[in-house]
Amino acid sequence: MSVLVFVEGLNGEIKKSSLEAASYGSQVAQQLGTSATAVAIGEVHEEALTKLGEQGISKVLYDADDRLKQFVADAYVKVIAKAAQQENAAVLVFSNSNIGAAVGAKLAVRLNGSLATNVTSLPKTDGGSFTVTRGVFSGKAFADVALTSDVKIIAVKKNAYDITSNAGSTATVEKISADLADTDFAAAPKETVMQDTDGGVLLPEAEIVVSGGRGLKGPENWHLVEDLAKALGAATACSKPVSDMDWRPHHEHVGQTGITVSPNLYIAIGISGAIQHLAGVNSSKVIVVINKDPEAPFFKAADYGIVGDAFEVVPKLIEAARALDK
Amino acid sequence: MKILVCISNVPDTTSKINFTADNKEFDKNGVQFVINPWDEYALTRAIELKEAKGGTVTVLNVGEADAEPNIRKALAIGADEAIRVNAQPKDAFFVAQQIAAIAKENKYDLILMGKESIDYNGSQVHNMVGELLGIPTVVPAFKLDMVDDTTARLEREIEGGKEVVEVKLPFVASAQQPMSEPRIPNMRGIMTARTKPLKVVEPVGAEAKAEYVNYSKPEKKSGVKMIAPENAGELITLLRNEAKVL
Repeated sequence: MSVLVFVEGLNGEIKKSSLEAASYGSQVAQQLGTSATAVAIGEVHEEALTKLGEQGISKVLYDADDRLKQFVADAYVKVIAKAAQQENAAVLVFSNSNIGAAVGAKLAVRLNGSLATNVTSLPKTDGGSFTVTRGVFSGKAFADVALTSDVKIIAVKKNAYDITSNAGSTATVEKISADLADTDFAAAPKETVMQDTDGGVLLPEAEIVVSGGRGLKGPENWHLVEDLAKALGAATACSKPVSDMDWRPHHEHVGQTGITVSPNLYIAIGISGAIQHLAGVNSSKVIVVINKDPEAPFFKAADYGIVGDAFEVVPKLIEAARALDK
Repeated sequence: MKILVCISNVPDTTSKINFTADNKEFDKNGVQFVINPWDEYALTRAIELKEAKGGTVTVLNVGEADAEPNIRKALAIGADEAIRVNAQPKDAFFVAQQIAAIAKENKYDLILMGKESIDYNGSQVHNMVGELLGIPTVVPAFKLDMVDDTTARLEREIEGGKEVVEVKLPFVASAQQPMSEPRIPNMRGIMTARTKPLKVVEPVGAEAKAEYVNYSKPEKKSGVKMIAPENAGELITLLRNEAKVL
């Protein structure tokens, strides 16, 4: 019996959200008195895999099949299922990413397991039960969910669990190979286009997000959002009206029907805070609102607020942020 | 082309969320229910494909009779027929089993639904349905076009980018903005929806695997700390020293 963590790579490194999942999985393994193994697929540097020891992972199973460089759900599921079987995994841990949630759900069917996505807490294991807390109702509530199958599958919400680090600890790396068939690649991508982040941070992985709304008055003023984001090492985002008007691309739209983010810091500039926007950001740890309308509803959800004109306030913030000793 | 669109009946986005006194159940009192917004993207795209290529759109809801006004709304928007599996949805696995049972019986070419529901936010059902049926699942897709009668071309979001996928029918896909522009039913649609078939079937036997035992709400924020605009730079100091997020 063990805990198996699926880790995702990006440009050869392990994604931050997967380091959170690895830390979470190690803690669960400690709770259960067992060890945590990771499974990695595709293009990840061996050094990055070894370093997972710092998050408490003792062993990494790695499938380097060239066809797995791109995400193909059915093929990934086959590899992870094999790893789960080999390790006799009772708990599987994923990051609640597009990939993690997808393979988690398929594995729940294949392994006859119970699944909780969007999980925000370590499991409570009193009296033989296994209960986790997950975010529901678009961040307006939490639910405690008892997982009742022998195999438990957990997708951990991004930024909900801190990365633990035991510097210098290393994990052993072993090759794993599932018997992948052409049919496992029926939905393989023909083309992958990565966003140009200008050396910046990807929105779904970001710890800090700077977001702009209609108060910016037009796309020609977006340099204010971008400059502040750059000074803070943040990702940029926008409200729905802004993407609807094509000021910014849809993949930057956060809110109920856009991307849901839960960074440590969310800075909203010129966004009034419609309830649909709040639903996408209200689990951010700290929210800053800058708006010239003192009645903007977003101030009610904010931790810090400035009533003022973005064109006067934001340059001052950029200046102060650039002055920070990083 | 036979298209199945699965819709959830969810609290309106502006609803205040409350639970029963023992925190064991969601309190429906005074809550307006709507079609899950992400399912509306799937529904509209299905109707657009039908209008362009012919075929039928069937709407499926796993839920109790109080979902019927929104099922009728889906018919008014342009779906041809509806099926309601008469059951309180227990968890994603239970719902996926019901959808898979209907799909096996009726052999749809395409199964569409929203990328998640705005109440339970699970993002589980589409992948479970694909796995139960042994057909590919493409999630979350924001573009869906037919290449020819047997192949579709989708664009799906990945963290940090997008992927283009071509996949043979049948398959399951989830929808997100901007796959389509949701429609508002017109009077003619509302009138014809009354005569369209809405079949109620009993659920197949399926055990839930996740049990919701308690609900809670996030702690209320202690209030907003306001900073004078002329001292805006002070905010950065507070974010570093007080909030410790920089």
